[in-house]
Amino acid sequence: MEIQTFEHDVLVIGAGGAGMRAAIEAADAGCSVGLVCKSLLGKAHTVMAEGGIAASLGNVDDRDGWKVHFADTMRGGQYVNNWRMAELHAKEAPTRVRELEQWGAVFDRTKDGKILQRNFGGHRYPRLAHVGDRTGLEIIRTLQDHSVHKSQIAVYMECCITKLIKDGERVVGAFGYYREKGRFVLFKAKSVIIATGGLGRAFEVTSNSWEYTGDGYSLAYNAGAELLDMEFIQFHPTGMVWPPSVRGILVTEGVRGEGGVLRNKDGKRFMFDDIPENYRNQTAKDPEEGWRYTQGDKTAMRPPELLTRDHVARCINREVKAGRGSPHGGVFLDIAWIKERVPNAREHIKKKLPSMYHQFMELGGLDITTTAMEVGPTTHYTMGGVRVDGDTQMSCVPGLFAAGEAGAGLHGANRLGGNSLSDLLVFGKRAGEHAAKYAKEQKHGWIDEAEVKASMEWALHFMDAPKGDENPYKVQQDLQKMMQAQVGIVRKEDEMRTALEEITKLKARAVAVQAPANREYNPGWHTCMDLSNLLIVSEALTKCAIERKESRGAQFREDYQEKSKEFGNCNMIIKKGIDGQMQLRREPVTPLTDELKAIIDEQAK
Amino acid sequence: MSTAVGDAAPHQRTFKVWRGDKTGGKMVDYTAEITPGMVVLDAIHQIQATQASDLACRWNCKAGKCGSCSAEINGKPRLMCLTRMEALPEGDVTVQPMKAFPNIRDLVTDVSWNYTVNKKITKFTPANPGTRFVAEDGTFRMQQRDVERTQEMRKCIECFLCQDTCHVIRDHEKHEVFSGPRFFARAASLEMHPVDVADREPFLKNEGGIGFCNITKCCTEVCPEHITITDNAIIPLKERIADRYYDPVTMLWRWVTGADKKDG
Ligand SMILES: Cc1cc2nc3c(=O)[nH]c(=O)nc-3n(C[C@H](O)[C@H](O)[C@H](O)COP(=O)(O)OP(=O)(O)OC[C@H]3O[C@@H](n4cnc5c(N)ncnc54)[C@H](O)[C@@H]3O)c2cc1C
Ligand code: SF4
Ligand code: SF4
Ligand code: FES
Repeated sequence: MEIQTFEHDVLVIGAGGAGMRAAIEAADAGCSVGLVCKSLLGKAHTVMAEGGIAASLGNVDDRDGWKVHFADTMRGGQYVNNWRMAELHAKEAPTRVRELEQWGAVFDRTKDGKILQRNFGGHRYPRLAHVGDRTGLEIIRTLQDHSVHKSQIAVYMECCITKLIKDGERVVGAFGYYREKGRFVLFKAKSVIIATGGLGRAFEVTSNSWEYTGDGYSLAYNAGAELLDMEFIQFHPTGMVWPPSVRGILVTEGVRGEGGVLRNKDGKRFMFDDIPENYRNQTAKDPEEGWRYTQGDKTAMRPPELLTRDHVARCINREVKAGRGSPHGGVFLDIAWIKERVPNAREHIKKKLPSMYHQFMELGGLDITTTAMEVGPTTHYTMGGVRVDGDTQMSCVPGLFAAGEAGAGLHGANRLGGNSLSDLLVFGKRAGEHAAKYAKEQKHGWIDEAEVKASMEWALHFMDAPKGDENPYKVQQDLQKMMQAQVGIVRKEDEMRTALEEITKLKARAVAVQAPANREYNPGWHTCMDLSNLLIVSEALTKCAIERKESRGAQFREDYQEKSKEFGNCNMIIKKGIDGQMQLRREPVTPLTDELKAIIDEQAK
Repeated sequence: MSTAVGDAAPHQRTFKVWRGDKTGGKMVDYTAEITPGMVVLDAIHQIQATQASDLACRWNCKAGKCGSCSAEINGKPRLMCLTRMEALPEGDVTVQPMKAFPNIRDLVTDVSWNYTVNKKITKFTPANPGTRFVAEDGTFRMQQRDVERTQEMRKCIECFLCQDTCHVIRDHEKHEVFSGPRFFARAASLEMHPVDVADREPFLKNEGGIGFCNITKCCTEVCPEHITITDNAIIPLKERIADRYYDPVTMLWRWVTGADKKDG
């Protein structure tokens, strides 16, 4: 059977913010770049990002600067972050945002005509550059329109990579298929960047699309790379809960940033009841102070609704479990109340949160300017991922790089809102730069034809010679339900052990899935292939979650409710053993430099 | 305005879904169970998961943000993820692929033509530092009101429903000489950017074929982002082009002064 072959210096897998930024950088360095994505160009997750991009431009509050942003990111991540990445990110994000403006992005403006910034959870000062609540769309379209004019970049849309090809230790290419015709394709490359995003589809309630099946993690893992801290999955506190068909769809934190408050069924602002010690001196004493903060009063502290996401999600979970939730199993998020404070509140809300207004109006039949929303936690973001060098984004496999949500280290145990979009640009650029540099030092490697043939046969057997008659959608749904129940927002050892057993059973079922024999745009067939990725990442994250016997950031253990010194000092590393089994080890967190430690101490005052 | 979603009991509905490829196809009947608040995309997913695992469709965000799930529902170009079952009249629901683009399979069409057109539009080209909207350090100084028009155009999610509905493309197949409403909106977003200095008017007039548009406003009607494509993009662009190319006074003025379209 015929396989199309393409040759590039750098192959970028994934065309979200991270992948496109990397492609632009590598092209500008003079490399020929292949840019591959599973959907059409411009439809990646980045397009859905709402609230904004974090960068200490200091346009709204000039007390902001990279040091504050750095300290906020480390505190949010509970100090298991890769500090080098947190440092580079805080230092370089402003330049990356200004660069986007030079490329045509049109952010909302301050009164003196600069880029406007808004408040977000865990950020000390108003720091998120934004465009209403469609910031991701602005970013992806800007990158897209900037890159389409570069002749060095060849885009391969609706093309899915299923395997990385190695020559000895080095990655030298990738194999995949076109969704449209089901034809196979081989990319030869001197370096490969994984920018495939996260794994939210391993859970039942999620803000993530069908694409987030953890492909990049599993590609890297199978190629011998290490995965870092996979237990840290962010459950965003506010997803839609009603109607059922929209369960999980995100309600941006921007709602709370603009003054939205959380209430239980008794109308109580329950967030005031539980403020963690390390945030106490940065949190408002009463609702009045919280309101002033959202309106830009520099002397006020933030309302507790804007504490970090892990904490807010757990508080909501607690209210619901205690029977104080809303009719459909969430709590109330109320922005309509601001009419008591703001003249013309209706227009104000529609202007500040246009897509939330439409989302609720069109999907829930609810007017957020008059009625409180019902919200609850939703699986949102993967802090863990491919372990990379902080400066170059290269993994331990030569020639293999990772950036964006697929990479790991920056966010530690919990990501602050807005820190992902900036992550994409800062480390997308770095990955592009270093992958280009690496590519220039290499020749194309040798491709093992037998390996390619085996990959192709594996793909085809789901149609031609299935080992059973399992429905791939059903297996995926069963996995999602199981993960939600056993490895979700509140975790316990015995439940997670059960999860591992279930994963073993699901693996057996996944081997037996089958699809109708039709190569053209056959989502059933594609789902068969995605399953193996989902199962690898589910196993990895469950194993890490069991091993980390403490509650930290996004990981909450009912059986170990406190932070532990021992675990606070270590990262979890997953690697494929020589025997093909998944191996887990702990490694000490690299200690901070004295200079950075001093910054953190200074900012904690 | 839509109504609030109640807890109504689930019930069955029939979907007539177009199945086939570029060689032809037919409408196939499926039944889906409808729960409160359900959208057409949910029904398609249900059919996929239980009755036709190879039913091809595109989607990503399920919230009207990515522009992937465009189709023709009961004959009208719409996003499947934003079309609530309650909002459709009683009876069977037909779901067909967009008609203005070649079919790939089932509900998936070949929209690559749009990506080709996009490449022809000159990219954003900023004015020099020290000009009206650009500070000496190169950062921009624009008021919110200066950017409102361009921001409206930039809301586009590239669903291509406007392209699908425009008769110049749909019925007259002028793909070669007409860029379509989506790209008039894109060109307008750049032309209206206070800092941009490139000139896209010759493109719009010639390759873009803006003259073919006879302002039927069908594109504006279907736009899920509620962009007023006709009034705020196409008409102002047409006016500029008319001024520049057909108004003898302006032409003479330009010839004498060599004036460019913007004052930097
Ligand atoms: C609803 C929502 C709102 C959000 N809001 C914010 C916000 O306000 N601020 C913020 O900072 N962050 C936000 N986030 C998070 C942020 O949007 C994402 O983390 C970020 O966009 C990820 O970007 P990326 O470039 O890493 O991946 P993506 O943008 O997801 O791109 C992944 C790419 O990889 C491709 N791909 C995947 N697997 C394969 C494969 N096997 N072969 C080929 N290609 C593949 C996909 O097709 C896609 O092109 C939000 C996320 C969601 C879901
Ligand atoms: S207004 Fe013009 S571009 Fe829009 S649908 Fe009508 S003819 Fe087409
Ligand atoms: S202008 Fe509107 S209808 Fe046209 S592609 Fe953009 S969002 Fe879709
Ligand atoms: S799935 Fe994104 S617009 Fe419908």
